[in-house]
Amino acid sequence: MAAPAPILRMSGISKQFPGVQALDGVDFRLLPGEVHALMGENGAGKSTLIKVLTGVHDIDAGRIELDGAPVAFASPLQAQQAGISTVYQEVNLCPNLSVAENIFIGREPRRLGRIRWKQMRRRAAELLARLDLRIDVSAPLSSYSLAIQQMVAIARAVDISARVLILDEPTSSLDAGEVRQLFRVMRRLKEEGIAILFVSHFLDQIYEISDRMTILRNGALVGEYLTGELGQVELVGKMIGRELADLEKLDGKPPARVSGPLVEAEGLGRARAIEPFTLTIRQGEVVGLAGLLGSGRTELARLLFGADHATTGSLRIGGEPVTLRTPRAAMNRGVAFCSENRRTEGLIGDLTVRENIILALQAKRGWHRPIPRRTQDELVAKYIAALNIRPGDPDQLVRNLSGGNQQKVLLARWLILEPRLLVLDEPTRGIDVGAKAEIQRLVAELSDGGMAVLFVSAELEEVLRLSHRVGVLRDRRLVAELPNDDGLTTGVLMETIASGGRA
Amino acid sequence: MTALARHRLLWPGAVLALLLLANVAFTPGFLSIEMKDGHLYGSLIDIVRFGAPLILVAIGMTLVIATGGIDLSVGSVVAISGALACLRISELPDQDGVGGVLAAVGLALALAVALGAWNGFLVAAVGIQPIIATLIIMVAGRGLAQLITDGQIITVNSDPYKLIGGGYWLTLPFGILIVLAVLAATAFLTRRLALGLLIESIGGNATASRLAGIRSRGLTVAVYAFCALCAGIAGLMISSNVSSADGNNAGLWIELDAILAVVIGGTSLMGGRFSLAGTVLGALIIQTLTTTIYSVGVPPETTLLFKALVVTAVCLAQSPSFREKAFRRRGRRGPAAPAATDEKVEVAA
Repeated sequence: MAAPAPILRMSGISKQFPGVQALDGVDFRLLPGEVHALMGENGAGKSTLIKVLTGVHDIDAGRIELDGAPVAFASPLQAQQAGISTVYQEVNLCPNLSVAENIFIGREPRRLGRIRWKQMRRRAAELLARLDLRIDVSAPLSSYSLAIQQMVAIARAVDISARVLILDEPTSSLDAGEVRQLFRVMRRLKEEGIAILFVSHFLDQIYEISDRMTILRNGALVGEYLTGELGQVELVGKMIGRELADLEKLDGKPPARVSGPLVEAEGLGRARAIEPFTLTIRQGEVVGLAGLLGSGRTELARLLFGADHATTGSLRIGGEPVTLRTPRAAMNRGVAFCSENRRTEGLIGDLTVRENIILALQAKRGWHRPIPRRTQDELVAKYIAALNIRPGDPDQLVRNLSGGNQQKVLLARWLILEPRLLVLDEPTRGIDVGAKAEIQRLVAELSDGGMAVLFVSAELEEVLRLSHRVGVLRDRRLVAELPNDDGLTTGVLMETIASGGRA
Repeated sequence: MTALARHRLLWPGAVLALLLLANVAFTPGFLSIEMKDGHLYGSLIDIVRFGAPLILVAIGMTLVIATGGIDLSVGSVVAISGALACLRISELPDQDGVGGVLAAVGLALALAVALGAWNGFLVAAVGIQPIIATLIIMVAGRGLAQLITDGQIITVNSDPYKLIGGGYWLTLPFGILIVLAVLAATAFLTRRLALGLLIESIGGNATASRLAGIRSRGLTVAVYAFCALCAGIAGLMISSNVSSADGNNAGLWIELDAILAVVIGGTSLMGGRFSLAGTVLGALIIQTLTTTIYSVGVPPETTLLFKALVVTAVCLAQSPSFREKAFRRRGRRGPAAPAATDEKVEVAA
């Protein structure tokens, strides 16, 4: 197969930030009509590479060629005008405007200074139809799901400049059906000759959609491979730079050393959030929650932590009937909760690693009983080492850490409290393979030590690997509770989700 | 940690030093402090003394802003507290009786705290945006102050009350001692105890703070009450200094100066990290500026414009993104600049 000339070629790219060599002589090329995956752990330099390409940062060394001509973009706008558009995980559109307005914002079709609304709507509809999307373009963007919003963003990007499209983790908050829809759109664009740069943490998706991949590690190029010629295990090995022993180790899951029931929810529910459910979690047990996005997984978890009030049912913790009005009440009974939204509901970005780690403990003690500085330092140093938080500087602002390390900081905050029940909502979403394995191993160790864990995850394999029992949710209802024995597979789980437990 | 503090206070400190130097150039004896009748006198003492109410209000405002809020009502609270204290004292049979004055002062401060708690309640429990919630007392509070004074200016003739804003103790103006005491107490509560961390956490991310088990509602109410208490003390100082209460003009626009002081001091209006030392520097800059305008002899009709120019310059110097831009431009021209650019990035981070 004669490879066509690359539309984009980056060679010898280096970029230094204070104290970090973010990119070190990286080469990268993108062919027209291919989906090219950019792979690497968090902090490997993927985002930096995208940012220097789109003009967010300038480069210290190296050269970027677009269509054979050297370019240097001073802003994302310039890059866009030259034909490189980026769609980020968080959609950068105006939710209060209509779909058509969002697509044409800043370049509305006009006549005599007046916006031609009818033409705008028609063209927007045509554009979306090209992506197999038939929706009402005059409805506000916010009335559509995140997946549709993302596709509107893609439609806009493609319409503005149709040569290079960068998709930075577009799938991390989509469910399986939405991912399929997105992939259909991507394949269609590919056929039109657009080069797509794709970043995702989901290996299965990479293998499904991408033709070629470039792997980065610690700011340096590991290599460029055809997706079909590189196995998953080899890929992971190249990304983390060591063997996959870490992940394999978990396969021998220890049997549950369960003792008495710790949390007993009976008919617990909240109107319009989760139907009444009955669930018992025993000490030392990992209970997994599986279900599609929006099936009520998070809502169930939040009730057990008092983040929302239950409107029906009763809850017993350690045999004692309780009514959780605030998270604080749950904390005092030994329940801890890591939210799925680390940035908005978990960490305080402007505070340091140390302050974030001691925050819950300090809140529990109250403002008038400060934790002595020496105790703080000991605790923080202990958990930075135990969870392998990098960089290990306790005075670093949490904002500056990568996703996986932020997740570990959040975990450390709760582990300090030595909870009896740890509720983990999507603790491994959007983090790299190495950190994922570390967190999974930690969960296994904690439950071995007698802690009960409620583990919520969209990844069925992960739920299966860690849980002793799996609760399946569908349409805001707990439809089944399955013991995780040899007979339970992802297939069975998917069937249960699909059939609603009636099979 | 100390390096960070040094960086954050670098610019306000430099501006203050520059202002003081400008004064020395125009008024040779500006920095001299002398002892007269057992009291310290001098321009520097005067700046702190006249700036004392502003420093107090700004300290309270710092904590409110750190929670991500703002308190527009402090000016009205200043007027109310002064008016109520003067009214009670004017009704005393013996205005020089310490007990009666203390009762009046206590009552005025209690009312201030109640008003602040009301603000906090509206913000934290009802969920009204701080700027609107405190606007209510900002507007209605002036009316309340008028009501207390019956539309008149109440004058009192009380030596114990005069001490608060105009007296001396241990050679220093009493107002400066009050400021030092409040500052020390605030610093102790926020930095030695854990109050500062919890406030910064609420301002940094309210949802996450709730999920971390912080009682943000109670803390927010307490912070607004504390801010009003500071304003109340400032109100006593202002009315005591002139031995009268003017419901209309006491503390007029002080909320804006206080917010300005906080911002100059490097605390973000978005909430989160705050710096008490920065706020004190900011308030001193504003007061020194006022003094400078008089000593340099800026024509009265242009004083506001002059003040606006200096404040704009200070705010620009404070802004990391502006400094980065200014330095980057220079960096492309001169060879000595790369080092400076690196330093900027560090400051910005």
